[in-house]
Amino acid sequence: MMGSIQHRSAGVWHRTRSWLLGLLIVIVYVWGIFGINFSKIQSSAGAVTKAVLMGIIHPDWHYVYQGNGEDLVSVMLQTLAIAFVGTIISALISVPFAFWAAKRRRHHFSVMSTSGRIVLAVVRTFPEIVLAIMFIKAVGPGAFAGVLALGVHSVGMLGKLFAESIETIDVGPSESIVSVGGNAVNGLVFATLPQVLPAFASYSLYRFEISVRSATILGMVGAGGVGTPLLFAIQTRSWNRVGIILIGIIITVTIIDYLSGWLRKQLG
Amino acid sequence: MKLPKQTVAQRFHIRFFGGLIILLVLLIASNNFLKLDFGALIQNFDQFLALFKEMMHPDWKSAPFVVQPMLETIQMALIGTTLGTLLAIPAAIIAARNVVTNKWITGFVRIIFNMIRTLPDLLLAALFVAIVGIGPYAGVLTLTIFSFGMITKLFYECIETIDNGPLEAILTTGGKRSAMVMFAILPQVSSRFISYILYTFEINVRASTVLGYLGAGGIGQQLQTSLSQFRYDQTAVIILAILIMVLAIDGLSNFARERLQ
Repeated sequence: MMGSIQHRSAGVWHRTRSWLLGLLIVIVYVWGIFGINFSKIQSSAGAVTKAVLMGIIHPDWHYVYQGNGEDLVSVMLQTLAIAFVGTIISALISVPFAFWAAKRRRHHFSVMSTSGRIVLAVVRTFPEIVLAIMFIKAVGPGAFAGVLALGVHSVGMLGKLFAESIETIDVGPSESIVSVGGNAVNGLVFATLPQVLPAFASYSLYRFEISVRSATILGMVGAGGVGTPLLFAIQTRSWNRVGIILIGIIITVTIIDYLSGWLRKQLG
Repeated sequence: MKLPKQTVAQRFHIRFFGGLIILLVLLIASNNFLKLDFGALIQNFDQFLALFKEMMHPDWKSAPFVVQPMLETIQMALIGTTLGTLLAIPAAIIAARNVVTNKWITGFVRIIFNMIRTLPDLLLAALFVAIVGIGPYAGVLTLTIFSFGMITKLFYECIETIDNGPLEAILTTGGKRSAMVMFAILPQVSSRFISYILYTFEINVRASTVLGYLGAGGIGQQLQTSLSQFRYDQTAVIILAILIMVLAIDGLSNFARERLQ
């Protein structure tokens, strides 16, 4: 008897909860759809869409290589170089941050690792383009500002991933080095780092893929790379130029993703 | 006692040092290509710090003006994620190799989806602002395409891991393909799909905060205004608001995803 009553009341509660959850979702959606102040779509939308598609079908092939350092190949290489240097800088900065944020013992609260985690979360959330604009104030517009923005912003993600891989290592080798008389530095160099380096390299490659995408848009605020000529082409409505730049970005990102994926597989 | 033999490559860490040398060569080449001037950074670092100092004194009076655009940002992310999901479900079913057995079709649609996924959020925003004009429409369209690319991949990879038994059972007993999708595929993947949608919503909230920078609605518009007017004290308030909102949404979404499992 008791069992069945309990069962029934649990069922009622379960059903009410589902209804409440459904009601909540409906309210959120009504709020979302009617809350946005949708302005009119501009009347030329159809014509522009057609122009963009035509631009992609008939790209401006002359822009691919002109030999003056401002053609597509040059700005694409610049974009890749920005992402590459930015990733290396952030990987180097991330290592100390990762050791700061890594928990030494599982399910154990520590002020140190929690504070490290909060710092990394803040860095991750700080918008990349705001960082880029801040660095433009310091070093002027151009590739360097982009490199610095990526170098700082990526620490938020790499630091977190590095910290997680430090937490999963086997502490046995490091303890045995210390127990036979080695110091902490020996333990780090011969036991801890060899265990985490493949993971660090793999995560850095993964971040490089993301940074290449970021580097293509950093130019929109003036931080170097393909974003600057792209935004210029959109604003001047040179859709053939937009088309060839889009094709260039799609090809480059695809190749980089493929290469990086292959390399990450090699790292195991 | 016999020690295990190391090959020459292992003994001299050929892979490690080889990788290191390639990395250094690429680094020097990139450095020369970009003409990076680290001296300028050190020289002008006081300017960077001055800017940072201004941001350390947020203009709290501007805080009430941040609330409405912030809500619009969340609304954009919500609608964008939903529309992206609605488009992604049929797309993922076509791309899944255990549903559509024709390799040419799955291969072809995957190439298209991969191409869509290479385009970053701000690039799409710039395009859509040119197409539909300044305002949240451009933002919603951007997030729709952006989340479509992401969700489609997560979905078809998920569909490919399901148990094929129920699919075959429906087909062999004469059921239609639509019945197979409704009764064999969706029930198996629904909880993981919701988890992926929440995850994509988190990413979209982050993305939507900067879309307004190019005129695609949301808080990014205010961000752009404050930066172009050199009101870094207002920029600081906006960034703090973004930080609080993103962390809150991440927390809520994480909680919901844990409950799902």
